[in-house]
Amino acid sequence: MQYTISALVTNKSGVLTKISGLFSRRGFNIESLSVCKTEDPLLSRMTIVLNGDDYTLGQMVKQMDKLIEVKKIMPAVENESIYRELLLIKVSAAPEIRNQIVEIKEIYKAKVVDLSPNSMILELTGEPNKLDGFIRVIQPYGILEMARTGVTAISRGEKCIKDVVSYEEFIL
Amino acid sequence: MQLSGADILIACLKEQGVDTIFGYPGGAVLDIYDALYRDGTINHVLTAHEQGAAHAADGYARKTGKVGVCFATSGPGATNLVTGIATAYMDSIPLVAVTGNVGLSFLGRDSFQEVDICGVTMPITKHNYIVKDVSELADVIREAFFIANSGRKGPVLIDILKNVQTQLADYEPKTPQSYRPKEISLRNAEHIAEILNECERPFIMAGGGVIAADAEKDLLAFAETLGAPVSMTMMGLGSIPSSTPLSLGMLGMHGTHASTKACLECDVIIAVGTRFSDRVALSRDKFAQGRKVVQIDIDAAEINKNVFVDESLLGDVGTSLRAITPLLKRRDRSAWLTSCLERKKTDVIKAPIEAYKILKAASEIFPANTPVATDVGQHQIWTAQYYPFEKARQLMTSGGLGTMGYGMGAAIGACFGSGKKKTLLVTGDGSFNMNMNELSTMVTENLPVVILLMNNTVLGMVRQWQKIFYERRFSQTTLHKKTDYVKFAESFGAKGLTIAREEDIVPILQEALASDGPVLVDCKISPDDNALPMIKPGQTYDTQIDTME
Repeated sequence: MQYTISALVTNKSGVLTKISGLFSRRGFNIESLSVCKTEDPLLSRMTIVLNGDDYTLGQMVKQMDKLIEVKKIMPAVENESIYRELLLIKVSAAPEIRNQIVEIKEIYKAKVVDLSPNSMILELTGEPNKLDGFIRVIQPYGILEMARTGVTAISRGEKCIKDVVSYEEFIL
Repeated sequence: MQLSGADILIACLKEQGVDTIFGYPGGAVLDIYDALYRDGTINHVLTAHEQGAAHAADGYARKTGKVGVCFATSGPGATNLVTGIATAYMDSIPLVAVTGNVGLSFLGRDSFQEVDICGVTMPITKHNYIVKDVSELADVIREAFFIANSGRKGPVLIDILKNVQTQLADYEPKTPQSYRPKEISLRNAEHIAEILNECERPFIMAGGGVIAADAEKDLLAFAETLGAPVSMTMMGLGSIPSSTPLSLGMLGMHGTHASTKACLECDVIIAVGTRFSDRVALSRDKFAQGRKVVQIDIDAAEINKNVFVDESLLGDVGTSLRAITPLLKRRDRSAWLTSCLERKKTDVIKAPIEAYKILKAASEIFPANTPVATDVGQHQIWTAQYYPFEKARQLMTSGGLGTMGYGMGAAIGACFGSGKKKTLLVTGDGSFNMNMNELSTMVTENLPVVILLMNNTVLGMVRQWQKIFYERRFSQTTLHKKTDYVKFAESFGAKGLTIAREEDIVPILQEALASDGPVLVDCKISPDDNALPMIKPGQTYDTQIDTME
């Protein structure tokens, strides 16, 4: 099972080390982790995708919540959250097959952001499984390199992570 | 008021009511030690080694319930604290460790005695700080004390750069932030009361959390109302007096028959301030099979971590027990209770080992409530099993980390924490050799510590496991030491005594009690005595063994 967890953490050096150290120490298996600035300069936002079960999710949230640097933490609720990831992918694209690639990128609403005689870079934003699907279709043309940002997520509606009183609203 | 960083540190320690610091000076803390000297109101105990200072601060904290404080310089000074900090972390002991570090312009350049102690201690502290800006120092210190002593307690490290110690900043005194634990869920308290009111055979296991919360009275009232027997984990010893009829003694790998059987036969286990460690639960899957479990703890991460529970109450142990007790209906459970207490008779030892005789005599000769520190090994188990602890904070022992070498420092700290009362240290020849240097500290400070060195010439606990699991191949557990411990003690300026025969026990202990400063008693015991009964790791309670055959 995959779980997505959002956290507001203090924007100080060493915070990422503390959190990633906790994960390795406790044996949490992380699919992705992304960190970014927020509207509050004192806080950063982390989005973590965890591979595990309900037990691991509970332990991870509770152990993270004990870190002084973690100010707010909430697991994303399926269907009540928006998940996005960005992909940059460099494909080999000789002039004779370029059209085929362009056709695929139209279907996926990806963008061409760079073109060279024998390669192109495509940009695609979407839910991770959309990116996975796109990569599968592009693969036969030859992927030269790719970069994914990891998932970032935000809950739908007016409720904001900073309003969360306790993770207990989501986890028992 | 403008003060230097070093002076701010001392001022903030005084705000927190710190009266005793254990430490060791060095290049990166010269300014701090200068400020300490100029202030002159805080008692600083100079140990022989920084590890001793960390254990002493820990022992002081366990004895007093206050935050223990230790100082060390950068690099090796700081790394020498590590074992002490980890020991405190595993047992949730409030500690503030202050280290110096090189100045900002030297930081990150592999300078002399530079070590990233924040990186090193990250997994063994509740929180840590590196202070690079003097204007943040005062609040960092205040926050550190608050974190160390609130919620689930634990060690906090503050690493202060050398230049920060001399730079000036505004300082305004502040009163320490008071701590109010999160409110408990009354709904959960009611659920627990419902479970307890329905049950027939309740069994309480009390852990170190009861002592951390100063909730001994609440525990006793709860147990009496419920009519339930109480077993204690090693960390929980003293949470109810061992002389109370309800006490079944210790629970776990080396628990009593009475505890073991009660835990097996009960219908509800009430875990109070305990984390179901593998030395208590042994098999986390089977530990509570077929019984209900309710858990009261201050740390949410401990609920359902090792053993899945039917109901839990998160919060201060005392507050929680005070909320549940009035909801309990008096029910006649005397048959259950009697059968539990009856079994205490099977714990009476028919052929006592030498250590038992010594510990029994010591408990009778030394004043009630004498602080007792231990090291780690068989002697620790024997002390936990046989010494009648009547009060919380009477026993200082390394439970979670199992730190051999803990005892000397812990005894120093506990002795200071008790106002220099007569203090016992029960140690073994293995553990004692790890930090015996601290005997010099005891002599310098003229501490009335009586060290009972259970000298069996082997690493008894490891040897015991070699007997059970390695077909008696005694790899590296026979010590072959030629040390004359009496001469050793005397060369340090302490008194050295020997117990070699049974008839020595009482007169020698009386002589030790009557002596002024530290006394080392070399207790010559058999290398073949074992810590029993025992449940093997990962096994269930019904497999408890009484003999090694």
